[in-house]
Amino acid sequence: MRVTIEINGERRTADDVWPGESLLYVLRERLGLPGAKNACEQGECGSCTVYLDDTPVCACLVAAGQAHDRSVRTVEGLGGEDGLDPVQEAFVATGAVQCGFCTPGLVVAAHELVHRDPHASDAEIREALAGNLCRCTGYEKILDAVRLAASKVAGERA
Amino acid sequence: MSMDFLRPGSLAEALAMKAANPDAVPIAGGTDVMVELNFDKRRPPALLDLGGVAELAGWRTENGHVRLGAAVPYARIVGELGDVLPGLAMAARTVGSPQIRNRGGVGGNLGSASPAGDAHPPLLATGATVEVASSAGTRTVPIDEFFLGPKRSALAGDELITAVLVPVAAGPQQFAKVGTRNAMVIAVCSFGLALDTTRRTVGTGIGSAGPVPLRAAAAEDFAAEVLPWDDPAALTDETAREFGELVAAAARPIDDVRGSAAYRRHALAVLARRTLRWAWQDVSGR
Repeated sequence: MRVTIEINGERRTADDVWPGESLLYVLRERLGLPGAKNACEQGECGSCTVYLDDTPVCACLVAAGQAHDRSVRTVEGLGGEDGLDPVQEAFVATGAVQCGFCTPGLVVAAHELVHRDPHASDAEIREALAGNLCRCTGYEKILDAVRLAASKVAGERA
Repeated sequence: MSMDFLRPGSLAEALAMKAANPDAVPIAGGTDVMVELNFDKRRPPALLDLGGVAELAGWRTENGHVRLGAAVPYARIVGELGDVLPGLAMAARTVGSPQIRNRGGVGGNLGSASPAGDAHPPLLATGATVEVASSAGTRTVPIDEFFLGPKRSALAGDELITAVLVPVAAGPQQFAKVGTRNAMVIAVCSFGLALDTTRRTVGTGIGSAGPVPLRAAAAEDFAAEVLPWDDPAALTDETAREFGELVAAAARPIDDVRGSAAYRRHALAVLARRTLRWAWQDVSGR
């Protein structure tokens, strides 16, 4: 079947999509967007987190057909021509990236949090990232990154 | 293998499609169905995408209960229904992760009919009713008749779960769940409690400690009888302990990868007396 999705502001079409296929598979294997990572395929790890109509979801748990005529924003769509998104900059600045596999999903989840609540407490940050696993960092530098990104967003709004 | 992707735009259309394709698997949040597809556990002839069925996507209060659409995601239950359905909102808050709560909802939890489903204990404790529909009409199933066995329910092949009717809280409610961490936990065991201070009744729901989610009828009767409703004094240790033991006795747990039957019974007694204490504090003020 044919699936048409607005991805990162651009209308994209994938053909010959198997109806049981996930949005993640379509993004990575059919549309050349490998930012969202394929790991657990059961919603446990969060490494495939993308926005579906402005809501963070696990792309592995969305049937591609369910995203038809809807809007998806992936990690590739956060930064612009001018450079990285402040959340991505914060991950770089704080050393929150080790192997990097979990990073795209964490960046999307953190992006949603800091724009929803740039004054989130540490407990709220932990809760917002509870669906994203990282096996390298021990999370401390990721928390540093989110605090830094949140303070940037809060500063921009002030 | 070929598979159809059915995309109804209304409930009537969804029911007609389900009648014509009884083996089609309904998909809403996808948090259970997609796992089975991703792991080749299931190859249905068709997926029936309920995402475009507006009738399933909202909730409203009517006649003393909330009519909660089957596809309302847990995130909305947490955000919008904490006052009227506190027990269900507490349970919803423990489901998966933010990403899972943004997609999954009670209709899918009921459809999967796992004994460990987080929504089930509060629905049992509040005496909720499941509304199911087919192209032949709508019927309601009391929640304690809905679950028939592990992952088996009273839902027929041509039916869809349309809503759950949950009485608006008439007293304090609680939910507690045992697992290895706060997020992404399938319950080792769980317990829902609902006090009705007007009718002076106590409702219970046990999760993940039996072939189906269970009520603890003897514990409900005991607590309704002995709680000092007229002059709400503090809960005595004896009452809390006896209530916990009656809840544990109602469970029918097994040993499995998440925990032993003995641990589940023990933990349920603890959860039951703890939640009764929390709920009664809201009544007695101490």
